[in-house]
Amino acid sequence: MTLLRLSGIGHRFPNGVSALEGVSLDVARGELLCLLGASGCGKSTLLRIAAGLITPTEGQVEWPEGRPREIGFVFQDPTLMPWARALDNAALPLRLAGMARAEREARAESALAALGLRDFERALPRELSGGMRMRVSIARALVTEPDLLLMDEPFAALDEVARMRLNDEILALKQARGVSVLFVTHSLLESAYLADRLVVLAPRPGRVSAELRFDAAPRGPGFRATSGFAARLAEATAALEAAS
Amino acid sequence: MTERLAPALLGILVLLGWEVGLRIFAVPPWILPGPAAIAEALVADWPLLFRSLLATLRVALLALALAVAAGVLLAVIFAQSRWLERALFPYAVILQVTPIVAIAPLILIWVDSVTVALLICAWIVAFFPILSNTVLGLNSADPNLRDLFRLHGATRWQTLRLLRLPSALPFFLAGLRVAGGLALIGAVVAEFVAGAGGAGSGLAFRILEAGYQLRIPRMFAALALISVAGILIFAALGWVQRRALRRWGTSEE
Repeated sequence: MTLLRLSGIGHRFPNGVSALEGVSLDVARGELLCLLGASGCGKSTLLRIAAGLITPTEGQVEWPEGRPREIGFVFQDPTLMPWARALDNAALPLRLAGMARAEREARAESALAALGLRDFERALPRELSGGMRMRVSIARALVTEPDLLLMDEPFAALDEVARMRLNDEILALKQARGVSVLFVTHSLLESAYLADRLVVLAPRPGRVSAELRFDAAPRGPGFRATSGFAARLAEATAALEAAS
Repeated sequence: MTERLAPALLGILVLLGWEVGLRIFAVPPWILPGPAAIAEALVADWPLLFRSLLATLRVALLALALAVAAGVLLAVIFAQSRWLERALFPYAVILQVTPIVAIAPLILIWVDSVTVALLICAWIVAFFPILSNTVLGLNSADPNLRDLFRLHGATRWQTLRLLRLPSALPFFLAGLRVAGGLALIGAVVAEFVAGAGGAGSGLAFRILEAGYQLRIPRMFAALALISVAGILIFAALGWVQRRALRRWGTSEE
């Protein structure tokens, strides 16, 4: 049940800098795979390669079951259109697909509602807090009901409470919709909490340095206080230290 | 509040000082008329001056409208192809840096209708800020949003209409504000060069005419009207800018 297979991915920028070297990894259907690594280890580049936004100079991007009809992408910044209301921002991918207004707005409404933004459909981005803007961005990524969600350090700019809350919401959405998630982060806490599987990248050039598979654990607000979480965290910390 | 009234207060003081100074030193009005004499000329010659003001404004505003149409259209064409932009932009710059006073006589020779010649001159100076700002704005779209559009298979037209044009709007409006003032300057300069008389001629010609006739207060009155017209254009475009950008919530206010 492999959704996405990256094999031997290498990427060299036009200026000669090598960002990635021989990276191979699979994303299984319904899995949340975290890519953990220090800044500058090519995590974002790898995510863009998976999305098809960058063609790698080496290696292959394969979709064993066929390329999903829809891929959602969440950037590090909310990346909203400042002139458009939350509803129009969330409905953008559907609009680009040529869906009629009534239908795309209905779907965007339910996507926003799923992220707790029922009363903010008509708000402009500047009227929303950072966390709410990020929720609109996630609603936009989910509005097409994608098979794969690519997330590039989406919560790096948020405060801890907003980040923890959104971590739980991502897990709940993944559970409810069966969406696979490739989640890039440089936060140990976040990766230890979210990951079904954790791939640690070593920097310059980016390459896979460790792969950790965590036991399935019911996560939730109490999970961070368990010894299971502490063990995950210790394992991830050791792997990250070894990588750098 | 007193801070907002400060310019008006200073203006009144300067006008008063001007008038009093002229009386003390007995400066003759054909050298420098006082504010009272200028106001008198403004009232006495109002029908003539007002007609000229309308003539000048008509040229400036029409030229501005044409500059908007051509500038935005060309900017959109530039935005479709880096190659085209590279090839054409230097010529737009040449058009901009060559002083309009130097080109105006040629245009007046080549074009039969004086009104059309004036329009072309005013258009040349108003066109460039619109073009360059709009090009800048079209290219200012958030690269991540562009990637998002690409990821969702947006067409060139969708990207232009839903992303690049809205991104360009604040830049375009800033250019428009500059171009508004320049269109007026272009119209006035061209009128000076043309020196054309008649019932339909603009304020610059009234200044020339009054100069020949040594009606110095009328010169000043026409000059004051040009300034007022410029201020009105600038303020009106500022209002348009604030209204249009309300959604952006920019700090222009």
